[in-house]
Amino acid sequence: MANKIRVATTSLAGCFGCHMSFLDIDERMLQLAEVVEFDRSPITDIEHCTNCDIGLIEGGVCNSENVHVLREFRNNCKILVAVGACAINGGLPAMRNHIPLEECLNEAYLDGIGVENPKIPSDIELPLLLDQVHPIHEIVKIDYYLPGCPPSADVFWKFLTDLIEGREPSLPYELVHYD
Amino acid sequence: MRQFIHGIAENNHYQATHLLQILRQIQSRYHYIPEAAIEQLSGLLSIPRTQIISVIEFYSFFHLTPRGRYELLISDSITDHMLGKKDLLDYLAKKLAVAVGAVREDGLVSLENTSCTGMCDQGPAGLVNGYALTRLDRSSIDKIVELVNQQKPLDEWPKELFLVNDNIYKSGLLLDRQMEQGAALKSAFKRGVKATLAEVDKSGLRGRGGAGFKTATKWQFCSEEQQSVRYVVCNADEGEPGTFKDRVLLNSYADQVFEGMTVCAAIIGAKQGFLYLRGEYLHLYDKLQSILNQRRQNGLLGTNILDQGLDFDIEICLGAGAYICGEESALIESLEGKAGIPRNRPPYPVTQGYLGKPTVVNNVETFLAAASIAVNGGDWFADIGTEKSKGTKILSISGDCARPGIYEYPFGTTIQTVLNDCGADDVLGVQVGGPSGTFISNQEFDRKLAFEDLATGGSFIIFNSSRNILDMVHNFTHFFAHESCGFCTPCRVGTSLLQKQIDKIVEGHGSAGDVVALEELCQLVKNYSHCGLGQTAANPIITTLERYPDLYQNRLKEISYEPGFDLDGALTTARRMANRDDAGAHLAQTDAFGSRPVASLPPSLAVGE
Amino acid sequence: MSKTITIDGKVIPFEEGQTIMDAAMAAGVYIPHLCHQPEFTPHGSCKLCTVKVNGRNCSACTFPAADGQDVLNHTEELIEDRKKITQMLFVEGNHFCPSCEKTGNCQLQAVAYHLNMLDNHFPLFYPDREVDASHDEVMVDHNRCIFCTLCVRASHEKDGKDVFAISGRGIHKHLIVNAESGLLKDTDVAATDQAAHICPTGAILIKRTGYQVPIGQRIYDHQQIDQVSLATEHPKHGE
Ligand SMILES: Cc1cc2nc3c(=O)[nH]c(=O)nc-3n(C[C@H](O)[C@H](O)[C@H](O)COP(=O)(O)O)c2cc1C
Ligand code: SF4
Ligand code: SF4
Ligand code: SF4
Ligand code: FES
Ligand code: FES
Repeated sequence: MANKIRVATTSLAGCFGCHMSFLDIDERMLQLAEVVEFDRSPITDIEHCTNCDIGLIEGGVCNSENVHVLREFRNNCKILVAVGACAINGGLPAMRNHIPLEECLNEAYLDGIGVENPKIPSDIELPLLLDQVHPIHEIVKIDYYLPGCPPSADVFWKFLTDLIEGREPSLPYELVHYD
Repeated sequence: MRQFIHGIAENNHYQATHLLQILRQIQSRYHYIPEAAIEQLSGLLSIPRTQIISVIEFYSFFHLTPRGRYELLISDSITDHMLGKKDLLDYLAKKLAVAVGAVREDGLVSLENTSCTGMCDQGPAGLVNGYALTRLDRSSIDKIVELVNQQKPLDEWPKELFLVNDNIYKSGLLLDRQMEQGAALKSAFKRGVKATLAEVDKSGLRGRGGAGFKTATKWQFCSEEQQSVRYVVCNADEGEPGTFKDRVLLNSYADQVFEGMTVCAAIIGAKQGFLYLRGEYLHLYDKLQSILNQRRQNGLLGTNILDQGLDFDIEICLGAGAYICGEESALIESLEGKAGIPRNRPPYPVTQGYLGKPTVVNNVETFLAAASIAVNGGDWFADIGTEKSKGTKILSISGDCARPGIYEYPFGTTIQTVLNDCGADDVLGVQVGGPSGTFISNQEFDRKLAFEDLATGGSFIIFNSSRNILDMVHNFTHFFAHESCGFCTPCRVGTSLLQKQIDKIVEGHGSAGDVVALEELCQLVKNYSHCGLGQTAANPIITTLERYPDLYQNRLKEISYEPGFDLDGALTTARRMANRDDAGAHLAQTDAFGSRPVASLPPSLAVGE
Repeated sequence: MSKTITIDGKVIPFEEGQTIMDAAMAAGVYIPHLCHQPEFTPHGSCKLCTVKVNGRNCSACTFPAADGQDVLNHTEELIEDRKKITQMLFVEGNHFCPSCEKTGNCQLQAVAYHLNMLDNHFPLFYPDREVDASHDEVMVDHNRCIFCTLCVRASHEKDGKDVFAISGRGIHKHLIVNAESGLLKDTDVAATDQAAHICPTGAILIKRTGYQVPIGQRIYDHQQIDQVSLATEHPKHGE
């Protein structure tokens, strides 16, 4: 058991859709658990990842915290994987990219409809927003990409089993989707 | 305005092919193309408004929104930069109280950068309402600012601001003597038109515009086409930064150039010729028109030239700020009043050129040489030069040397000889052939000017050892991204990506993988682009990367990857709005713990062992 | 004796005047393409159809077939480079497929799937582009335009109108429409125009038809573009 493959996962500027889809591998999860153990991940309580083999990143980078988490993953995972449209091209969150951040914040916290107690949040505990949402390959080096919004359970399965069994991961036509 | 526009359209015979010329006049009168003018022209020329807008938005000198009544453009050539352009531009902007790229609030003046204006031997240079300004310095700028603020009409500005010198320092076969008006035509008719083509063939003359296609062969092909209408076009777009010899030839040897065109017309059987003159050379326009008139009066243009039954005339068409219009098929599109987008080839212009008819397009210098050959015969020319490059080449020399200007050399001359003649020492390298050419280092000065070694359209920019090569690469790469016509994907997107990638490296955000990515991108743009612009746009990077790999490597950090944008800068707005400046409100550009060192990437697939 | 070329070693006949693309597709050989449709004058701009002809890169959709040409189409190098050209088209616009009505029916996406494109490779431009929903039936989402000019050609050549044009230079290229307001509603476009249906991407859409076929059952969800393209553009191929 000492040699289990260590996998960490996280969601940055994403919707957890990719994580949900991962869980859709259903009973195959048991098979996976025989060779894989989970490190930092929403499905464990581990707060920081250390010495992992595979890091799966959902979502793009929209704020300073995303940058820190992404760097932690890069520093601690041998293989870093961009999972889903948001990690690969910013996805829906990046649709704010052509709106100046100032306008976004004003709309959300100052003069938007239904805003009570208008005030821009300012607390050192809160991460600051970057002026644009970036795909993760623009911040750190990425080794593999799993497209889809979200990628289907079969994509996760195919990719992980390829890796685990020592094959160069590849996705057949049926598994390549951007939607 | 309606009347004004109607008048211009009428003068242009309501021909859509004259759209550029018409728009030039409107821009010059109103300093933009008003919506009402577009509407009216669409009716008068019977073309959709979209066609007019796409032309306006293609050329740098046309605008849909008002520019200043004084439109000031400052040349952005690397040679201008070497002469202190950046400081001068800042000074000018400050003095005029207008930002670069903007129109002053009172609408009086606008300021903008523009691609090389062809004054590299007498820069820093610029344009005011299309007219060339040379040798800018603080005192001339003070004067200009004053004249603008006093709203003095351009013809009352001191002449020395507009003084353009020839600066011919070395003449040879072609520049040594001025040919007598009509001499080439008389010789050609005397010898016979066919025999004259044979002399041009014997001379070995190859095109001087860059590609070096054999001139006689081009003329022959064109004359063999089964068509009754043919055209002769002289390419005076001279947009390659660092080139200005065509400007000098048209200033002092125009008769001979026109004569070369007329000889060509006699050989191929053309009745109409065009001189496509880059907009930046507006200052030559009136002079050239009067030379054409003189030639008409002397029976050298018009009907029945020299009583030999030849009918031929030449029209001057001005460009409007687009380097791509130097590419022959884009030039033809532009002559037809359209955006300068290179055509698919085949068919080549010799079979389907202007208005679909067989057309010869040659460089200014090519026609000049052809006229001399018509007088002196093929051997006279072929005796000089190398085996594959006959005759002489006229160089435009600029950059770090004592005497920048025009030099004529036999092909086969070494770079070192040229450097000695123009007074260049402590040379780091030379950009031969402009940004689309080759950068050669000081280890290669025994190389020769020749199609078989260093081919060049004539641009020769010298850099001494105080210069930073990456600044040059940066300037050239931006030039191509700015001038890409945008037709094909690899160049439209690729030149912008090259620009981003070079910016990243120059600004110090490059990391280990970036040079590999850059090389890969260069090959893609080079191998897949539609025309010569895209195919050479990566040359500044390719040729310097080959010679100075360390220069690039030294700019890279020893980490696997760094963002191409300023991470901490991307938090500025949020910081300001949240009113924060604590440590947590900042981001380091690279990971404090050091991202993974290069060596451990890529990760091995044999995980979990 | 009819004239022939070879594509990846396969002998293919052609008729005078045919391009390499015409000859290939008629013979059932797919060459990736986006700016080309057989009914319209070839344009040659996307460069996806680049093939090696006697060692030189040429656009198959515009390059005339000539006797004896040795053409390479399906090589690793060409496929890799076509993938990069496709990635260029993705990064210069805003392609968020999950929110695009055209997903599954989009030729840009289908070519990307066909080339097994898994990422964008290049930095994204995120250009600021408009959506023109002014017209009752037809809309233009400029975020997805790849400047193939098929709509321009269709409007001019088939519909006898000039609703669309490409304007601007370089990376600032953009689609414009023929109305003083610059809005589609003020043009003479009609939902029945070929130009309204020809767009290979989701840049020109007919309103209220987007989700008639559910995602997962769309053209390219199960069939690759090579098969679809041969079947629809050259139904008689191979005969
Ligand atoms: C981007 C580009 C710009 C060019 N600019 C010029 C130019 O300014 N002047 C010129 O004579 N040829 C220029 N050329 C070359 C022309 O396409 C053409 O080859 C030339 O005018 C033919 O004349 P020649 O045979 O006398 O050289 C350019 C080519 C490209 C691809
Ligand atoms: S290579 Fe560049 S300039 Fe030439 S056609 Fe393509 S986009 Fe235009
Ligand atoms: S046009 Fe095609 S590629 Fe672009 S977002 Fe829509 S489906 Fe995706
Ligand atoms: S709107 Fe569609 S058809 Fe028209 S140019 Fe753009 S991508 Fe092509
Ligand atoms: S978070 Fe999975 S696709 Fe957006
Ligand atoms: S299909 Fe040939 S260039 Fe676009």
